[in-house]
Amino acid sequence: MAKRDLISIDDLSAADVDLLLDTAESFLPVLQRDIKKVPTLRGRTVINMFFESSTRTSTSFDLAAKRLSADTIGIKAKGSAVDKGESLKDTIITLSAYSPDIIVIRHPRAGACQLASANTTASIINAGDGKHQHPSQCLLDLFTLRQAFGRNLRGLKVAIVGDILHSRVARSDIAGFQLLGMDVTVIAPPTMMPREVDSLGVNVRYDLAELHKADVIYLLRIQQERITQGANFLPSLREYANVWGVTRSRLRPGQKVMHPGPINRGVEISAAVADDPDTLIAQQVEAGLAVRMAILYRTIVGSTDSDTKEAL
Amino acid sequence: MTRRLWSAPARGADVLIRGARVVDPLAGLDETLDVLVRKGRILQVGTGLEAPTGCRTIAADGWLLLPGFVDLHTHLRTPGREDEEDLASATRAAAAGGYVAIFAMANTDPVVDTASLVQALALRAQTEAVVPVGFFAAVTRGLRGEQLTEMWELAQAGAVGFSDDGRPLSSAHLTRRALQYAKVTDRFVAVHAEDESLTRGGVMHEGAVSAKLGLGGMPPVAESIEVDRALELAAYEQGRLHLCHLSTAASLEHLERAKKAGVQVTAEVTPHHLTLTDECIRSLDPNYKMNPPLRPEADRKALAQALRSGLIDCVATDHAPHAQQEKEVPFEDAPFGTLGLQTAFAAAHQTLVASGALKLPVLAERMSQSPARIAGMAVPTVQAGEEANLCLVDPRETWTVTSAELHSKAKNSAWLGAKMKTRVKLTIAAGSVAWEDGAR
Repeated sequence: MAKRDLISIDDLSAADVDLLLDTAESFLPVLQRDIKKVPTLRGRTVINMFFESSTRTSTSFDLAAKRLSADTIGIKAKGSAVDKGESLKDTIITLSAYSPDIIVIRHPRAGACQLASANTTASIINAGDGKHQHPSQCLLDLFTLRQAFGRNLRGLKVAIVGDILHSRVARSDIAGFQLLGMDVTVIAPPTMMPREVDSLGVNVRYDLAELHKADVIYLLRIQQERITQGANFLPSLREYANVWGVTRSRLRPGQKVMHPGPINRGVEISAAVADDPDTLIAQQVEAGLAVRMAILYRTIVGSTDSDTKEAL
Repeated sequence: MTRRLWSAPARGADVLIRGARVVDPLAGLDETLDVLVRKGRILQVGTGLEAPTGCRTIAADGWLLLPGFVDLHTHLRTPGREDEEDLASATRAAAAGGYVAIFAMANTDPVVDTASLVQALALRAQTEAVVPVGFFAAVTRGLRGEQLTEMWELAQAGAVGFSDDGRPLSSAHLTRRALQYAKVTDRFVAVHAEDESLTRGGVMHEGAVSAKLGLGGMPPVAESIEVDRALELAAYEQGRLHLCHLSTAASLEHLERAKKAGVQVTAEVTPHHLTLTDECIRSLDPNYKMNPPLRPEADRKALAQALRSGLIDCVATDHAPHAQQEKEVPFEDAPFGTLGLQTAFAAAHQTLVASGALKLPVLAERMSQSPARIAGMAVPTVQAGEEANLCLVDPRETWTVTSAELHSKAKNSAWLGAKMKTRVKLTIAAGSVAWEDGAR
């Protein structure tokens, strides 16, 4: 049987997504117990390779594997043979000698996961490759939305605001949101909008004039390096905050704010909005664990064993 | 977001102008009429009008009454070089030239690159300016060609558009970013098109005259290459581009192609490029040194033709005051630039209209209504109900351009000593009399 990878959200059908989200939901009670561990993946090996800094994603993948009783190994670029100039291909081949079941990879370059997958029998899970994809983020975002709005997300209006050009979260979420029938608008300074982004089937806006139309406002982090000399994506963070920053006064009651983190208070999100308990930001972080458990679990067992209750 | 103009408060004019030839393409007028202005507003346009009591009458037989001119390209020298020009002197020169609005470029010292500076200038204009003034803001901080300015905030403060004029944008990358980002502000980017790697060391047009004089040449391709690049980028980004002071026939070919393809571009030409050529420089008079430089007759003709056809949208002065001591040096050492506001219409009228190269209504449109539309301001027009923004011109009065006649603090006019055959007699800007000949 061919191995299962999760490299892009485009690899999944709506039914696949539903199954993953249902599976994640069934893991929630486990995370409420005193002993937060099930034997499901006992004897399995999960390698977490992070070639880029990460808090949420690396922690939650590691913890998810441990909650499922898998053996986990964490590898960072720093302190590994990668530091000595080993190629990604050779690192993957070397690690494959230990017969891991799953390799979770975050890498600064798009395509790292395809290269890895071609050189190992282990399943590859993309934890973020360059500006390309971040499918587990998309799935936890969808999980969070289901918790907030119910199972049927069809017709829900989402505005993704921020640096669309450089965002793998945006690329994953656009595809995932549309897969479940949501209506997506992207909002960014013209300098941070990918050319021909409308070909992705999204509405394109350059300011917040129509922000009130959205049910959900999904904010992206604005990185300091976008304003460094020569880049000129923005004149200043101050100007970004003035034009595109989401503040209380720019929100209408009932709108839900999401953010993949880490947030920049005072830039894309005001401190008051960030601290508002009505946002879904904390729920996103919480969802990360159950969703990544579901991803690991389904990667190993596939969709045939749909009765997860039994596995627990 | 409103583009704003500021001037000192003044009493609304009360005047009946009787018997002038009113030429206003927007109003569809070219006939002898009376125009009654009450409290700064045009009350009536007609024949046989009577002056109400307390309202003076000007007998304007044989004179022209035109919509007031708008200059998209003034170097105000304020802040920083008030010894050369300030808001009061520049707007007096503008008024004496028939202008009812001018827009100042950002290459002052300090550069107009923050909203607070625009606001400070606006405050000063509200006490000093006799003609409404608007302000460009820089594209890059300090005109250094590195980092974009906070265009949105500058637009909020009232900036009319963005330009690093005086200098070209340093790279295609920067031009692209500026065109992209300016979309947020609904403003245009005005470009001084010059490849500095080709003009380095140049002081005049590269051609027969520079060959004779032994002066460093500025090849016309240095402009047209950059014009083409800016146009391609504007097309690609669907940005709004304004081309400053075009001076070569080759630039016009690029412009024509781009306009036909639907690029959002407007362009201006200066009075000196329309009326003078590089032959003038044989005198080695530094007042003929400007950038872009005066070009040969073939280019001048092509520019006049393009202004007539509308390929070039408007006349803009590139009014550039320079201190006497800075221009009274050998040609090669002098700074670039000439005054323009006070002589623009007279020069264009007596050269282009008198020779038949341009019809008067077309010149009026290109100096008034067309630039006003580009700036996004209320378009001057001689129609009842409108605020009075007009000028009255004697098309036959001769006068000599002298230092004493020039209202600018600096006196570096390319027309200094020239005999003019057209004179502005009265200017009403934003409803107030800003200039009246002989009433000083």
